[in-house]
Amino acid sequence: MKIYIPCDAAALAMGADTVARAMESQIKSLRIDAQIVRNGSRGLLWLEPLVEVETPEGRIAYGPVSAESVASLFDAGFTRGGAHPLRLGVTEEIPYLKKQERLTFARCGITDPLSLADYMAHDGYRGLEKALEMEPAAIVGEVLNSGLRGRGGAGFPTGVKWRTVLNTAADRKYIVCNADEGDSGTYADRMIMEGDPFVLIEGMTIAGIAVGATRGFIYIRSEYPHAFRTMQRALAIARSKGYLGPNIAGSGKAFDLEARLGAGAYICGEETSLLESLEGKRGQIRPKPPLPAMEGLFGKPTVVNNVISLATVPIILDKGAQFYRDFGMGRSRGTLTIQLAGNIKYGGLVEKAFGLTLREAIYEFGGGTATGRPLRAVQVGGPLGAYFPDSLLDTPLDYEAFAAKRGLVGHGGIVVFDDSVDMAKQARYAMEFCAIESCGKCTPCRIGSIRGVEVIDRIIANQERTQNLQVLDDLCEVLLDGSLCALGGLTPYPVLSAIQYFPEDFRKPAPPPQNGHASQEISKWR
Amino acid sequence: MSQVECFDADRALSRIRELKHLDGPLLPMLHALQDEFGYIDEAAVPLIADMLNISKAEVQGVISFYHDFRHQPPGRHVLRLCRAEACQSMGCGKTISHVEQRLGVKLGETTPDGTFTLRDVFCLGLCAHSPAAMLDGEPHGRVTPQVADALIDSARRRQ
Ligand SMILES: Cc1cc2nc3c(=O)[nH]c(=O)nc-3n(C[C@H](O)[C@H](O)[C@H](O)COP(=O)(O)O)c2cc1C
Ligand code: SF4
Repeated sequence: MKIYIPCDAAALAMGADTVARAMESQIKSLRIDAQIVRNGSRGLLWLEPLVEVETPEGRIAYGPVSAESVASLFDAGFTRGGAHPLRLGVTEEIPYLKKQERLTFARCGITDPLSLADYMAHDGYRGLEKALEMEPAAIVGEVLNSGLRGRGGAGFPTGVKWRTVLNTAADRKYIVCNADEGDSGTYADRMIMEGDPFVLIEGMTIAGIAVGATRGFIYIRSEYPHAFRTMQRALAIARSKGYLGPNIAGSGKAFDLEARLGAGAYICGEETSLLESLEGKRGQIRPKPPLPAMEGLFGKPTVVNNVISLATVPIILDKGAQFYRDFGMGRSRGTLTIQLAGNIKYGGLVEKAFGLTLREAIYEFGGGTATGRPLRAVQVGGPLGAYFPDSLLDTPLDYEAFAAKRGLVGHGGIVVFDDSVDMAKQARYAMEFCAIESCGKCTPCRIGSIRGVEVIDRIIANQERTQNLQVLDDLCEVLLDGSLCALGGLTPYPVLSAIQYFPEDFRKPAPPPQNGHASQEISKWR
Repeated sequence: MSQVECFDADRALSRIRELKHLDGPLLPMLHALQDEFGYIDEAAVPLIADMLNISKAEVQGVISFYHDFRHQPPGRHVLRLCRAEACQSMGCGKTISHVEQRLGVKLGETTPDGTFTLRDVFCLGLCAHSPAAMLDGEPHGRVTPQVADALIDSARRRQ
């Protein structure tokens, strides 16, 4: 009998290791014939640690389990699926999970992330098997026809990028996975790396074979030490079993991968900055052109793709382009891995075909705010995404529909705020974040963002509000027009949307002066 | 995790030599040194510059660009509190003020007794369990002021 206790960082953050130790000692003292498996997370994060037991009816879930509840679970015979207040029933039947369309996350939470046997038993490496029988151009064609667009933020068609790299002759090409996942409210990349790392390795291997690259890098942010360790172990396992190295799965084709750590710089999520960082330089943005697809890492043609983009490739090759493109709406094909975050009752990962509205995601899955207070604002797409008021919640999650509302689907993170939020402070934070994370290349971004913080401080302090709002507007204009990349170029969106939809927060009486709290200054000390 | 050790040039050299063969070895080298000593000693800069045949200024420039790298040894425990949007929506400001008061230092500072370094972080990917924190590399969710107190106490007990 198997007991599943997630090793995902979110489960660990809620005490999964303590639960595992308590279960271990109960198993020993009660002499139960049970094996603990540390799986990835199912993504029902408000239920973490979500413990499952294998029974003849299927896997039965209990959660959220604490170390204190472990003894009572054994008393209730939970190893046979016994009744207990924490019993949630058959995992697959939990509506939150049952209503999803899990394609990229098909295995996550089900398998032992580091068991290649588990991976194979759940359709692993079937995409690669197909790809190895195809011509490179046909693999690229399949990805193109699937309609897959980059999940890192920009939504650029993955197949088009791959075709450019395939058609650019070079002695060496690279596949680079962008695992910098810097947007607040996002954790899908982390969950895949911790919960199903082989799917990312398989996706990158297929990319390598498709475009003629023999080497790749996974650039993982340093804030994710668990994901980094899991990825490193998975790479070693794949290499030892012949799934990385000079002769992939006996095909005679070579491909190998290295995981690299970032060092705490949001800007290194931008692809050219990431390449600079991999080369061992300051993470400053490179002007485009040349595109990384033509002159990327060490000047060679390079595919740079997000974790989710690459982890979706295996199922596209396995089930076919048509299967994948049948999900979705308009020009947004396939599924979006929505991450419900912030002030939300049922936070977690929801993989659904594009087209679900923001309201459906937040209420039908998320259950509204965690505090139970009215929802006031929602930020989708990370720190550069606009703040939406309730009146925009019927916008479907679709790249074009969001763009039409000056919003950003981005990496699919949805951060919910209740009515205690002060939108002038959120606008100030957007400018502060830009100031802290600017790569320093463009003056509007480097200096303008600092001015932006000061101007918003004056607006909050009720000093010449009308004039300062005008100054802020002009400043946003300069950022929009005078920035080399989207950090400077999109920071105006959260700022302007806060002013547009929540003007009353910029008209409040000035607060009494605070005595030097850290958040009153721009933090230069990081 | 945040093991602070005296800088030792021989050990530093042997750590960076192991990584010389990599493509783009500078970041892995800086990480290795920080893992080994808890910080990057100024004396390591010329060692790296020599080995990679680049200028000291270039190495220094890279160190200063990234928020993670530090020239000062950290406290015995490093507590990082997230202050990005998802955590803001769940009141991370309260936790941060509370911890700053309790430890008597601000984000970015180390307590005078060298026990804690307090740092902020922009997202730990634990955004369904905000406010989030990381103590000596281990993740923690729903870090209210009370939970933060318990974390600080447990770290103190471990010393
Ligand atoms: C400031 C900034 C930060 C970014 N951060 C990330 C990130 O953390 N992860 C990511 O995949 N893409 C990020 N991107 C987008 C990348 O530049 C790039 O578009 C992406 O890696 C391409 O992969 P995709 O086509 O699979 O999305 C960022 C872009 C900007 C401008
Ligand atoms: S907009 Fe900002 S982050 Fe982007 S290139 Fe310019 S200075 Fe660098």
